Amino acid sequence: MSVPSATRTPAGTAAPAVTPRTAAARRTRRRALGTLALLVLVLAACAASIAIGTRPLAPGTVWEVLTDRSLRTEEAVIVWDLRVPRTALGLMVGASLGVAGALMQGHTRNPLGDPGLLGVTAGASFAVVLAIALLGVATPAGYVWFAFAGALAGTVAVYLLGAAGRGGATPVTLALAGSTLSALLYALVRAILVSDSNSLDAFRFWVVGALAGRGADIAWQVLPFIVAGLVLALVNAPALDLLGMGEDVARGLGQRVWLARAVGLVAITLLAGAATAACGPIAFVGLVVPHAVRSFTGPAHRWLVPCAAMAGALLLLTADVVGRVIARPGEVQVGIVLALLGGPFFIALVRRKRSATL
Amino acid sequence: MTATVETIRGTTPPEPGGRPRGRAVVLRRGPFSARFRWRSVVVPLAALVVVVLLSAVALGRGDYPIGLGDVLRTLVGAGEAGQRFVVLELRAPRVVVGVLVGLALGVAGALFQTFARNPLASPDILGITSGASVGAVTAIVVSGSSSVGAVLGGLGVPLAALAGALGAGLLLFLLAFRSGVDGYRLVLVGVAISSMGLAVVDWLLTRAAIYDAAAAYVWIVGSLNARTWDQAVPLALALAVLVPLALAAGRVLGVMQFGDDTARGLGVRLAAAQAAVVLVAVVLVAAAVAAAGPITFVALVVPQIAVRLTGGSRPPLLASGLLGAALVVLADLLTRTVLPQALPVGIITAVVGAPYLLWLLVRGRRTPA
Repeated sequence: MSVPSATRTPAGTAAPAVTPRTAAARRTRRRALGTLALLVLVLAACAASIAIGTRPLAPGTVWEVLTDRSLRTEEAVIVWDLRVPRTALGLMVGASLGVAGALMQGHTRNPLGDPGLLGVTAGASFAVVLAIALLGVATPAGYVWFAFAGALAGTVAVYLLGAAGRGGATPVTLALAGSTLSALLYALVRAILVSDSNSLDAFRFWVVGALAGRGADIAWQVLPFIVAGLVLALVNAPALDLLGMGEDVARGLGQRVWLARAVGLVAITLLAGAATAACGPIAFVGLVVPHAVRSFTGPAHRWLVPCAAMAGALLLLTADVVGRVIARPGEVQVGIVLALLGGPFFIALVRRKRSATL
Repeated sequence: MTATVETIRGTTPPEPGGRPRGRAVVLRRGPFSARFRWRSVVVPLAALVVVVLLSAVALGRGDYPIGLGDVLRTLVGAGEAGQRFVVLELRAPRVVVGVLVGLALGVAGALFQTFARNPLASPDILGITSGASVGAVTAIVVSGSSSVGAVLGGLGVPLAALAGALGAGLLLFLLAFRSGVDGYRLVLVGVAISSMGLAVVDWLLTRAAIYDAAAAYVWIVGSLNARTWDQAVPLALALAVLVPLALAAGRVLGVMQFGDDTARGLGVRLAAAQAAVVLVAVVLVAAAVAAAGPITFVALVVPQIAVRLTGGSRPPLLASGLLGAALVVLADLLTRTVLPQALPVGIITAVVGAPYLLWLLVRGRRTPA
């Protein structure tokens, strides 16, 4: 595998000068503080996402509208029909992408692990392009089921190809099968788009990834898949810690390796597929969030997974709010803001001396 | 030549991270000896033969087919004027650019993948091609409406792409540098640069008029259409310098694979060697992208195919380059002859290369990256 396992810091290692008990206590306190801070920040981001928008509303007005549902003013419509669903969707999608990224990096043991690596994004893109070019679908609500079906088909194909080799589905064959199949699907997408500028005209707005224009109905449609995916991810976390010690060790400790892998892959597919279906391909969250969170949780997945959910939601909501503010009266799509804000942040994180490796 | 040739079967020592297959051959002559495996010689030679054959076919095929004999006669200076024009002015530059771009991308991909010890570390993931796309798309889309765009538009798309690629590569190197460039950090910084570049490209595409967006999209895919000697000659000169440098760097890479401390202990000046490897690879990609656009996938897939064919422990540089050339020329030949509608070559490289790599994966030779 790409990362030598010797560089990984097992959860039990402590600096030699410190006694194990105080080191463990300090680590737990750091994790608890980090989790608490994330929770507060997510709540703040939710509040900001409801209060701030293209149309300036006074915080008092927003509060009044939120507490009194009998009001049917224009402000009430903006808050309840636009901002609240958008915030809820941002929370769900951000959490899904963060968790899917953490699972993906854990299962492939590759720091480039990203939910898109399993063919989710490529499959969804291919299905959406087919829907646009052949069926003339042209609204975000129309894309949802095509994108979801494409994401599922892409992941299943990647898994079957990765597992078909003599060695079974190792992280390397999975990652290679994923990136290769993705490249093939993108080539087909491009073949359609190069020869059909009408499809390009619709596709270019889907592919940036946005929360705008997605109503409450889309949030309700993807909610069951996201809940199921989050539950499976939490179930998978302890097994992932065992797998991190190597498949042989995990097997020796009584872990059913194939079961753990299968649960993880189903969770990744549900989460990333639902997120992509709802908002289009949003690339950066799944990659950055686990690296950022690992800096205070360490590599233990039972901490990493829940914290990645909160950090993913925080990142996506923050980027969405920024995108509404910087180009008034227009908006910059959340996918673009994420990459442009997240990129420098991520580079700074990587350049820190003691960033935790996988 | 009185060199002795010994064939050792099954006694090759295990190399880091992998079990080499096939026969090893040792050449001894006086105090000198060299050891290599048959496959690491046969594969590049076979690839070279394939490139030559494909190029010959590519010179003859097209809307105006010319027989192989006439092609050869034209190449040595004879032949009638019409055929000379078609072969030497229309098809030869295109074939030459195809061969050179494939060579550059294959070698650069092998350098990056070996250096980062990661099979996914291709110039596309590291942000160099997305830097080029930012330059080119800016030049195409906003050349009339802003000062930056006007400057880039004045340079022309190829130079804008070259500037973008070199800029992204330099940024990658500087940001990943911290008393040396470590492969892990390089890959993570690269993926961030790549995401930022792609976001800018996506944003520009949503802002552009659909006509400009379509033109920019064709460039992003990568194409060999209408290439002339103006692109082929500078690219050939660049590669004449860069490929020998890359092959020299390749020898150091073999030692660096054992880890930083071992390499230092064996006398490698690590920071200088790392800088050389990364910069050579960046400039190779930039030259290729300026000539033909970001033909994605060649740099990712070809080194992985090459390592599976040669059976070594890491992607071989020369074999990767030659297989890259073969892939690009083959893809271009297919777009011009077999397909009903001419598609850009960047699409066909993936359609041809991806199933082949998938087949190699499924066949299940477990070769580490």
